[in-house]
Amino acid sequence: MTAIVDYGVGNLFSLESSFRAIGEEVRVTPDAEEVLRADRVILPGVGAFGDAARKLRESGLDSAVRQAAEAGKPVMGICLGMQMLFEKSFEYGEHPGLGLLRGQVRPIRELLEEAGADPDRKLKIPQIGWNALRFTRESPLFRYIQDGNHVYFVHSYAAAGCQDSLLADTEYGAYLTACVGKDNVFGCQFHPEKSGNVGLKILKAFCEMGGAKA
Amino acid sequence: MITKRIIPCLDVKDGRVVKGVNFQGLGDVDSPVRLAKYYSDCGADELVFYDITASAEGRALFTDILRETASQVFIPLTVGGGIRRVEDFERVLKCGADKVSVNSGAIADPSLIGQAAKKYGDQCVVLSVDVKRVDGVFRVFARGGRENTGLEALEWIRRGVGEGAGEIVVNSIDTDGVKGGFDLEMLEAVCRVAKVPVIASGGAGRIEDFLTLFRCLPEVDAGLAASIFHFGEVRIADLKAAMAEAGIPARKEN
Repeated sequence: MTAIVDYGVGNLFSLESSFRAIGEEVRVTPDAEEVLRADRVILPGVGAFGDAARKLRESGLDSAVRQAAEAGKPVMGICLGMQMLFEKSFEYGEHPGLGLLRGQVRPIRELLEEAGADPDRKLKIPQIGWNALRFTRESPLFRYIQDGNHVYFVHSYAAAGCQDSLLADTEYGAYLTACVGKDNVFGCQFHPEKSGNVGLKILKAFCEMGGAKA
Repeated sequence: MITKRIIPCLDVKDGRVVKGVNFQGLGDVDSPVRLAKYYSDCGADELVFYDITASAEGRALFTDILRETASQVFIPLTVGGGIRRVEDFERVLKCGADKVSVNSGAIADPSLIGQAAKKYGDQCVVLSVDVKRVDGVFRVFARGGRENTGLEALEWIRRGVGEGAGEIVVNSIDTDGVKGGFDLEMLEAVCRVAKVPVIASGGAGRIEDFLTLFRCLPEVDAGLAASIFHFGEVRIADLKAAMAEAGIPARKEN
């Protein structure tokens, strides 16, 4: 069973439906015990980092996610949930994350400036739309998809300084972090549940990962 | 590179697609769920469901089909029509909508944009604007394009973006239904004031109109149309192939 951690941020209907569509047993739950009983854990998230991280902490679900990760269970953060896997975020101030992956979350605008992105391209922030994945590492998560497949992004911030976990990036003036994974902890900046068949194939690959530490 | 989005719009009344649709090989279809699936399989990048029902019963039917669609179709869904209060956002987001488009409701109460953006994020709020030239000035029309609000369109759009609208749909009443191409002049003016994604609507009649749109105005993010897709005048798979051939970034569904 896959648990989707419900800590009161955003709507989880589509995410839940996408797991059902691939035939995976799924439970949306605010209960730490249930998260710990699950074979796999999904950490979703939309909205502002500081607010979401606070809600996750106050619900006590942050330690459940951390324990699941430490027990070797596959854990995947999606969008803001992926950003929360890192050490900290600079979205409106500075906020600590779960620290399960090395790196920080920074404004796309800043990352584009640093990379010397062409200002003539007038890139809009947030990045909203379908963009191509460029694989930077092999991963079991990519078992059913190909380099260059398109996925759906909506974000104004992106993870940086995460070379040790980077699995795929995407070109938006600069190469932005799209997908990360280290051992049993994974993250997608895009929305697999809104990325058509490609997204479902990523979730399917995730659900095929084992529950115990190798 | 981010791709240009192609967005079919479905008018829904009492839970059925208005007029129905007749595709070769698909037959008569008035189920929004089946049509949404079909479009998604053809490579549509996003879908807009526009609720033109006025009754409470119709609204309930609409949210039922929205929920059913969202449980089977995994591309972004935008919902418009009858959105007047923040509770209306809640009602459709709960059923699986990703974005909510406001039009007359925001004109009646411009604070609706900001309230919703604060609660659900800018990316969730789409400002849809029906625009028509009156004495050489772009004016905003309300009530499905029937009523001149007197608002100057570029000023209204600038204000909407300032309030937190994350995307703008520009529907040119002047070119709507004419099938002579998108309103490039109007769209260019909007792109100059809106620093958020702009979705072009009104006027597409054939594949070339989309190619012209994205070639002439690379700032435009998406093209939206209804009847030309529903009546098979433009097949989305063909359109995507033509875009790719013309060097316009397009997503392929595989």
